[in-house]
Amino acid sequence: MSSPSPEVTLRDAVVLVGGFPLLSGVNLELAPSSLTVVTGANGAGKTSLLRLLAGLVALTSGAGVVAGVDLRGDLRELRRRVGWLGHEGSFYDDLSASENLVFAAKALERPTSEVANVLERVGLASRATTSTKQLSAGQRRRLGLAWLLLRRPALWLLDEPYASLDDEGRTFFDQLIGDVVAGGATVVVSAHDPLRSSELAPRTVTLAGGLVVADRS
Amino acid sequence: MMKLLSQRLLGPVTLVLLALTFWFGLWVTPPDKIQGNLARLLYVHPAIAWVALYLSFGTATIASALYLWKRSRSVVMDRVAHCAVEVSLVFIVLTLITGSLWGRPTWGVWWAWDARLTSTAILGVFAVGYLALRRANDDFEQRARRSAVVAILAAINVPIIHFSVQWWKTLHQGASVFTPGGNFKVHGVMLTTLFISLAAFTLLFFWLLRARYRVEVLRDERQRVSLDEALAQRRREGVH
Amino acid sequence: MIRTALLVAAKDLRIERRSRVLLWQVLPFGVMALVLSGLALGPTHAGHSSAGPGLFYLVMLLVALLMINRSQVIEGTPGTKASVATLGLDPAGVFLGKALALAVELWLTGLVLLGGSVLVLHTALVGTLSALPSVVVTLAALAAAGTLYGALSGGGQGPATLLPVLSLPAFSPLLIAGERSFSAALHGGGLWRWWLISLVALVAYLGVGILLYGVLEES
Repeated sequence: MSSPSPEVTLRDAVVLVGGFPLLSGVNLELAPSSLTVVTGANGAGKTSLLRLLAGLVALTSGAGVVAGVDLRGDLRELRRRVGWLGHEGSFYDDLSASENLVFAAKALERPTSEVANVLERVGLASRATTSTKQLSAGQRRRLGLAWLLLRRPALWLLDEPYASLDDEGRTFFDQLIGDVVAGGATVVVSAHDPLRSSELAPRTVTLAGGLVVADRS
Repeated sequence: MMKLLSQRLLGPVTLVLLALTFWFGLWVTPPDKIQGNLARLLYVHPAIAWVALYLSFGTATIASALYLWKRSRSVVMDRVAHCAVEVSLVFIVLTLITGSLWGRPTWGVWWAWDARLTSTAILGVFAVGYLALRRANDDFEQRARRSAVVAILAAINVPIIHFSVQWWKTLHQGASVFTPGGNFKVHGVMLTTLFISLAAFTLLFFWLLRARYRVEVLRDERQRVSLDEALAQRRREGVH
Repeated sequence: MIRTALLVAAKDLRIERRSRVLLWQVLPFGVMALVLSGLALGPTHAGHSSAGPGLFYLVMLLVALLMINRSQVIEGTPGTKASVATLGLDPAGVFLGKALALAVELWLTGLVLLGGSVLVLHTALVGTLSALPSVVVTLAALAAAGTLYGALSGGGQGPATLLPVLSLPAFSPLLIAGERSFSAALHGGGLWRWWLISLVALVAYLGVGILLYGVLEES
């Protein structure tokens, strides 16, 4: 992995959007090279927490440092250091899987020859020239992982990656996440269901009402 | 102490100057030799236009630029810009109304595609667009930044629109106050009335701006209270 | 910045080539709008070439609104924005790239509609062809302005009705400059003032976009 070890520190983090407190005072610390699962009911703030860590929403009050970047500082720099896999569509629908990745590779100044390798690794080599809008939900998830493998960030933020995946897909994800953590990255996964992901995760953080209400290692 | 005094005096002084403007404009000054009583609009229209196009838009632009510059970024600048644009819109509408009132007997129509009136109307739509953008946005930071950029773009467009429309067509009365050499065309009590009017409407702008700013502060305070309540309620969700 | 601009422009144009929204939706709209404008003038004036330049640019403004919205909608899904945000692209480069792609699309549309204006509005062929340089510059300014206002109006996520009210006042001097220079190309007359308006607007919007697009992306 190319980036320095990340660390997440949040102190009384509040995020307000449109007048609504998505996070209402989160206190959290994540060690480098760890895997953490964030669970909670719908509306608990799981996605908002991940978006805060990704620099996709701004901190309203409180303090935080993620991957060495102060959350009050340059969020663009933070976004360069993290990898994000959202649960909604993340690509240009009219481009093929391969074209989306080539765009990312060129933006990151990586050789485009890596695109074929990552597509192979996520099992999408046969769908390289398929338009993204024709991929299934599970295949789009894999494409998202390919994007992250190309990016090689030090902090991975995966928002409900298991949604729309069958058993084979989930097994594949677990294996990949395990490899990534073993490689030194820090991974944060949000999930409704802790049972599946607890096979891997030494730590589970539960959110409710925009706060951390339970933290089990 | 001085600040408090000037704040307290702003309203009464404005009202006195406005009253003087109307008294001088309607009764004291004689009718113009060519335009007759129609020329009395000279005592309000240029002053209103000056406030609409330069003073209030200028205030909004400067406040917006200061908001975008990190060192001076503050909620005060955003509020000032917002309030200045609202007041500007009021004065723009008044400019168009007084301009049309003058235009109807002079040109025979309420609207004659005159360069200045057309430019003013376009700037009015800029102001409406700015306010529409603010209404479409709940997030403070996003709303403040985007509005600031819109205000700066509007300011950049002012000379572009001015020259393009002027070169396109001009029916407007030539400069009413100054000769091309920069000397006053208007003299005596007419000139005095004009200056009183300029002072009156300038102070009126600041009076309205201050009043509108106060409303904005109260609105933000009410919103902060409701935000505190929203935060408390959200935290209770975590407990249950 | 230039590298990013070319990358983004190529991406936008590739998406356009795949989706063919310009070909199957925008161009037919433009042609129909040109025909409707002729109808609106009434039978006596419908074939009058003096209205041609103004109607051409009025239709181009309407086409531009559609294309600006389309340019922003491409980026506008929250997931795509989030993924692309993590690539760390230079915002000035993104602005230039999107403006360039939009300009190319407007030039192509303008070419077709100029043909339409010769056919339907009876503007002289030679005069129309000699208006080409001013059309290119004016549409480039429109693209630069449109890219900025598209981002200001919410980047595809805001209400669609916000874009016109924000952008049309800014487009008005371009409409004037474009119409006047097209008319001058057809009927003779001074061109420099209208070229100046379009060029100044182009430079101003490019400058503001390069400086401030990052601020809009953050918001």
